[in-house]
Amino acid sequence: MPELDAERLVWMYTQMLRIREFEERVKRTFEDHPGVIRGHTHLADGAEASIVGSLATLRDDDQLLTTYRCHGYPITLGTDTKALMAEIYGRRDGICGGYGGSMHLTDVSRGFMGTSGIVGQGIPHAAGAAYAAQIRGKGQVVLSFFGDGASKQGAFHESLNIASLWKLPVVFIMENNNYNVVTRTDQEDANAAAGEPLAVKAKAYSMPGETVDGGDPVAVYETVGKAVERARSGEGPTFVESLVYRLSAHGNLIAPPGVPLHYPEHEAIAVFGNVEEYEAAKRGDPVPRFRARLVEDGALSAEEADEIAAAAQAEMQEAVDFGLASPLPDGAQATKYVYA
Amino acid sequence: MSTHELPYIAAIGEAIREEMERDETVLYFGQNIATTDDDPFLKQFGSDRVRVTPISETAEIGMAVGAAIAGYRPVVELYMAEFMLVAMDQVVNEANRFHYMSAGQVKVPMVMKAGYGFTCGWAGQHTGTIYGMFMGVPGLKVAVPATAADAKGLMTTAIRDDNPVVFFHHYLLTLEHGDVPDGEYAVPFGEAAVLREGGDVTIVAIGWCVGKALAAADQLAAEGIQATVIDPRTLAPLDMWTILDSVEKTGRLVVVDQSTRQGSAAAVIAAEAADEGFSSLKAPVKLVTALDATIPYSEPMEEYLLPSEARIVEGVHMALGSSVAA
Repeated sequence: MPELDAERLVWMYTQMLRIREFEERVKRTFEDHPGVIRGHTHLADGAEASIVGSLATLRDDDQLLTTYRCHGYPITLGTDTKALMAEIYGRRDGICGGYGGSMHLTDVSRGFMGTSGIVGQGIPHAAGAAYAAQIRGKGQVVLSFFGDGASKQGAFHESLNIASLWKLPVVFIMENNNYNVVTRTDQEDANAAAGEPLAVKAKAYSMPGETVDGGDPVAVYETVGKAVERARSGEGPTFVESLVYRLSAHGNLIAPPGVPLHYPEHEAIAVFGNVEEYEAAKRGDPVPRFRARLVEDGALSAEEADEIAAAAQAEMQEAVDFGLASPLPDGAQATKYVYA
Repeated sequence: MSTHELPYIAAIGEAIREEMERDETVLYFGQNIATTDDDPFLKQFGSDRVRVTPISETAEIGMAVGAAIAGYRPVVELYMAEFMLVAMDQVVNEANRFHYMSAGQVKVPMVMKAGYGFTCGWAGQHTGTIYGMFMGVPGLKVAVPATAADAKGLMTTAIRDDNPVVFFHHYLLTLEHGDVPDGEYAVPFGEAAVLREGGDVTIVAIGWCVGKALAAADQLAAEGIQATVIDPRTLAPLDMWTILDSVEKTGRLVVVDQSTRQGSAAAVIAAEAADEGFSSLKAPVKLVTALDATIPYSEPMEEYLLPSEARIVEGVHMALGSSVAA
């Protein structure tokens, strides 16, 4: 992987900030514009460094498939945030025309091939896209993003086995945020319970397994970058465990119509009463952490950092305004895409 | 159209081979295929396009979804239809939804080839006639060939279709020979075949039951009862128009299905006939299906559960003997 120069580092920071600002605005929409967002949303705040560090390794013709916690990837890839916010608002100008919503963002034009809302089930899709890439023989790589919970699904194990057996050009990136909804990883994972990193699962499929600090975009870039190079050169897949801390609750409140939706407190506090864990995670927030590092290293001045923040705020304000102004789709369009 | 004689199963293989020759994006993978270099598919198309997989239905079907999204046309060899149940999410909640949820940004052209209905002592878990479970799933297509020619023609269409298709072939028909058109042959989806025309009753039969219905129609003709026999050939899309047209002429409908009765394709067809064709009906619709039980191992019990020629004849007699009060 190429060395990250100051310009690239600033680009990475900018994307992290854009994701954070976007997610803050999704969250605020529940307060500012009740009823505009329906169903369930899942935010990437806390995982920005992991997302951006991973995607910074990609070539334009590479591809990725992710989970329902999917806002951060297309933002990084350059999808218009107006179209993303409009989708989350269920509007006609949404990236998926209101057919998908928050959990099913897709932008094929940028290699963001799709998202499964069912835990673990997008992993074989990524393996299949990697099989396609292998046949095509153009050196494309596919990234598969999923959470720690997904590594308890058969789909995970079946896919890693075939991917390793067939030496598919795929990198499996598990964003381990230590919680499957409200269940802690050590309550459901034999490796975690035994005090081992989840990356040891790779051993069962004879592929490299790496654990990386997902709050450090440079570390993620280096680890995923090595895996991407390995995949591109035909040596097969790698399993990367990226340790992140989800700074918001799993998702907004699950409630029937009539109950105002909002983001409850993080499960560490709300369920486990572990205020210190959450406070520590806030103190280690990857976004200010990376800003401080770039300013300290001289890659970025404090003024430039403020300008980036102001630009991100303005962009996401525009996304919110656009989403609110975009018309709702015509109900009769609901049968349009049943069959291709 | 010139033809050649082939067993039903070979006709399916011929369609896959011809489509793989025609279109290099067609892939063929699954369990227990191409395990030696002598495999004819492997020899002809190479290991990029033909691969044996582990026993991992979720990954097999899920990878087909991914490969299809990425521009290929996989045919997944699933052997027994029940094996799909292990991977139900991929079949009914992934493959069929991606085109829709992305507002048409992606297509998922793939075929799940699944044998079903092996009622010859295969007992409870390998004999199910489960196509009805899939026909009501938006975005999914379901093909159920009854003859060698349709087996070839429907597989060709399934591979060319831009949507996920579950292709159900009947294990008891595996070695049934039939005349199969030479060269490229595609049977359109959503076009029922009218196999015999008669003015007294319409018999709609699915898959393996088509042959039974034709035999029953011969028996009925000897009694002076003339039956129309219709094979829908695909359950999704379902050609209700041909069925309703016929019911308009005969006024009586018997639906024959090897599935258990509740929630069956037969029940759906009967409901559609009642909904859209009520004014044509002179008698209640009769369903001739398997009894609602797991298929037992022992032969007399297995036979007892299944629809038969005699039960079809009996069903027709009931449809003709009863009538809606004028």
